[in-house]
Amino acid sequence: METVPADGLIAASWLLIALPLAGAAVLLLGGRRTDRWGHLLGTGTVVTAFVLGLLCTLQLGGRRVDVELFTFVATGSLDVQAGLLFDPLSALFVLLITGVGALIHVYSIGYMAHDPRRRRFFAYLNLFVAAMLLLVLGDNFVALYVGWEGVGLASYLLIAFWHERPSAATAAKKAFIMNRVGDVGLALAIFLMFAQLGTVSYEGVFGSVGLLAGGTVTAMGLLLLLGACGKSGQFPLQAWLPDAMEGPTPVSALIHAATMVTAGVYLIARCAPIYDATPTARAVVLAVGAITLMIGAIAGCAQDDIKKVLAYSTVSQIGYMFLAVGLGPIGYVAGLAHLLTHGFFKAGLFLGAGSVMHAMGDEVDMRRFGGLAPHMKVTFVTFGLGYLALIGFPFLSGFYTKDAIIEAAFDRGDGWGYLLGGLAILAAGLTAFYMTRLMLMTFFGRPRWEPGVHPHESPAVMTAPMVLLAVGSVLAGFLLVVAFPLEGWLAPVFGEPEAAEHVVAPIVVSVLVTVVMAVGVLTAWLFVGRREVPVTAPVRVSPVTRAARRALYADAVNESLFMRPGQWLTRALVWVDNRGVDGAVNGLAATLGGSSSRLGRTQTGFVRSYALSMLGGALVVAGALVAVTTG
Amino acid sequence: MSLTHYLVLAAILFTIGAVGVLVRRNAIVVFMCVELMLNSVNLTLVTFARASGTLDGQVMAFFVMVVAAAEVVIGLAIIMSIYRTRRSASVDDANLLKY
Amino acid sequence: MNDVVIGTGEAVVFWILGPVALAGALGMVLSRNAVHSALWLVNTMLALGVFYVVQEAPFLGAVQIIVYTGAIMILFLFVLMLVGRDSSDSVVETLRGQRVAAIVLGLGFAGLVGAGVARATQGLPVAGLAAVQGAETSNIEAIAALLFTRYLLAFEVTSALLITAAVGAMVLAHIEREPGTRPTQKELSRARFLTDRPQTLPGPGVHARGNSVATPALLPDGRLAEDSFATGIEPREVEQMPRPTGREQLGTPDAALGTLDPAPSDIPGGRDR
Repeated sequence: METVPADGLIAASWLLIALPLAGAAVLLLGGRRTDRWGHLLGTGTVVTAFVLGLLCTLQLGGRRVDVELFTFVATGSLDVQAGLLFDPLSALFVLLITGVGALIHVYSIGYMAHDPRRRRFFAYLNLFVAAMLLLVLGDNFVALYVGWEGVGLASYLLIAFWHERPSAATAAKKAFIMNRVGDVGLALAIFLMFAQLGTVSYEGVFGSVGLLAGGTVTAMGLLLLLGACGKSGQFPLQAWLPDAMEGPTPVSALIHAATMVTAGVYLIARCAPIYDATPTARAVVLAVGAITLMIGAIAGCAQDDIKKVLAYSTVSQIGYMFLAVGLGPIGYVAGLAHLLTHGFFKAGLFLGAGSVMHAMGDEVDMRRFGGLAPHMKVTFVTFGLGYLALIGFPFLSGFYTKDAIIEAAFDRGDGWGYLLGGLAILAAGLTAFYMTRLMLMTFFGRPRWEPGVHPHESPAVMTAPMVLLAVGSVLAGFLLVVAFPLEGWLAPVFGEPEAAEHVVAPIVVSVLVTVVMAVGVLTAWLFVGRREVPVTAPVRVSPVTRAARRALYADAVNESLFMRPGQWLTRALVWVDNRGVDGAVNGLAATLGGSSSRLGRTQTGFVRSYALSMLGGALVVAGALVAVTTG
Repeated sequence: MSLTHYLVLAAILFTIGAVGVLVRRNAIVVFMCVELMLNSVNLTLVTFARASGTLDGQVMAFFVMVVAAAEVVIGLAIIMSIYRTRRSASVDDANLLKY
Repeated sequence: MNDVVIGTGEAVVFWILGPVALAGALGMVLSRNAVHSALWLVNTMLALGVFYVVQEAPFLGAVQIIVYTGAIMILFLFVLMLVGRDSSDSVVETLRGQRVAAIVLGLGFAGLVGAGVARATQGLPVAGLAAVQGAETSNIEAIAALLFTRYLLAFEVTSALLITAAVGAMVLAHIEREPGTRPTQKELSRARFLTDRPQTLPGPGVHARGNSVATPALLPDGRLAEDSFATGIEPREVEQMPRPTGREQLGTPDAALGTLDPAPSDIPGGRDR
């Protein structure tokens, strides 16, 4: 479908990016002067952006609008026009980012109220929102890349927001470096596009992707996938995301649950024309999604840190989305729908976790929680609704969107489809298990609090966003799948939906998933709810539990495969530099210096020594003369 | 007997002067050795003037004498002033110009 | 070319004066006394002057004897006396290998140049100066004609060289002193008597065992004289003889001088420490 030039309010959609960016600039450059009202400005820009995005979306009506801004790079044959593509896909993301973002900004006013650096926190959040909007709104890969790096930077700054904690600083560095690995892939993919096609705009690339050789397209797809894996915490680059929970909880909710980590899904969905042309790369996407889905679910079952459980849950849920978009046209809409509902309920869950931590004095170990339900009623109810939505309780968000993905997997029709569908159902059971475990350990049972902790409900400025997100968690699935089907809205991007030939009847899938979910919940109740939870984690556990606690040894693999050889290489290089290069250079210098000082010894200062050498020279001259004349 | 004898004698005198410059430390004696070398050269010039049948060699010797006189005057003045500051006429004591 | 034959007389002169010149040169280098060196050099120069005369250069011979041997060598002797005639130079060579190297190089040089010259000038025809000087024009006239025609410029430059040398010698040897800056004896004496101490500084005490500047003087009551301390030197504990205390002890010279350990041992013929 062709794009149309911008008109009306959409022509001003650049303000979506400019507003938070201006907010960040004012807050960062304004310094302490802006401390008193900085959080209000930061929240205001994002709320305004949300309103503007909503109005733009209402005006959009199924078109694809290209907003031309200015010439970004014009050099030789590379011509990059800075422009925005406002189409149904980016509109969805704009609403998700600004909507959830605005709620989380409001929440942060309360959450960060006592932090001396709250103003800077809001500046970074605004910077993140601006970069993320640029990422989803850009109409070419260079703009996407700029936004991509921008969110990476904001993520780094926010993970390390409490940089005086070594663990936070380390986690930020880990996230940044692992993101770089993915970013290299994305950059190479863009280089490849420019080298092969001479353009980096979506329109140009997607229009001529069919002209390329199959291998090139596959390479492009795999490189893009590498970028997506880095940003979205997918296998094999998943290890940074759980550590990123060192950042403040609103950051975890906004960046590491709802928006930034879904950028990989956006990238793959946006590059659908490329993946349409390369089944190989698409199969790899599928495999990555399935593997990550299982890794996240298994690791989530054994964590004691409430935020780590949610983080592995995020990894697992994004695995679902990758699985969905890896399925091709039948899965795009399902994946994106899950992305949106996940954005709601996972953000709500993180905010709830933040509220719990707030109440418990920044304790994150679930073994020190327990029995919180009567003390924090709003948090309990909203968290519970998010929990039900996540595990796919019937007629809540997760139920609709997760089922859609599982159905799509079965709809592949072949054996792989059954395998993927089975894995997805198994993961749904695991999800139910670990989330139920989380609920039971946190809100039920006997209190196991640290002495001196007095749980209390959070202020309204924090609970209000949680309530709104809980409402979203409950309703979003129904709205997006049943009431206003997403297929219709996204038709301009992915084409009209086909009447799906269901291999397995949807009702069968739903029942199956619900049963498995119920089994997971029951198992969790049997293992956790019935018994007393020990305050310290048991040491004598099965190898499976041990592996799950260590996230299936992802860090160990990274260390042994990359870190240690890298350290060895560095040490070897340092050794070569010190001994070889420096040795040669210093040796040469020492040789010259030594020989010159030895030569200098001949300058004794005694005239007679000099005269002796003159006589010697005269002797040589005389000898030469005699030799010449006689010879 | 031929002029060669004069020339060989001059060469030997020159060498003795040169060796004297190298082995003597008294600056005045070193100067005397230089004078000896100049004189031996003069002998050579006079001898070759005789052999070639022109007087140019003798004129050269004359100039050498004049230059030697000037050199002696300056040299002895320098020795005087060195002696005045260092209380020594040994060439080895003026050895500051070194590494 | 009318080859001049060198006569027997000249040969006799050469064989007598040649060794004399060589002996003079060697004597100059080898004698340790600088005055002796000068006299040996005079010897050589006189011999060379005679050689000039023999070799048809009477003017140069005269100049050699009058100016060189006379004036310049007298200047040398004058400066020698001015500098102070050390009785003799040290024969110890301070530069390692200098003497051996000088002799070896000198022998090599003499051999090489002598042999080269001898070989090159063997059978060299001797033109003689009869054509340019002789009956009508004397040697002096011939040289003057050459000097004031062909070598006029060099001659004039030489005069500039000489005047420069004269001025340079004056500058080098002259000591500038402001008139009146040198204090007279009267002024010195007056200045000395205006101080606290008109007399000389005290030397080490009479009973001190050393006269080093680090040994302070002793006052009659045995205290150290503060003003005898040499500046910049840590005063040493004076090591002094025991002072005689009674008339009996002054009986014999030994007893008067005392000893550092005056207690005699009880053990006959020995000391107990």
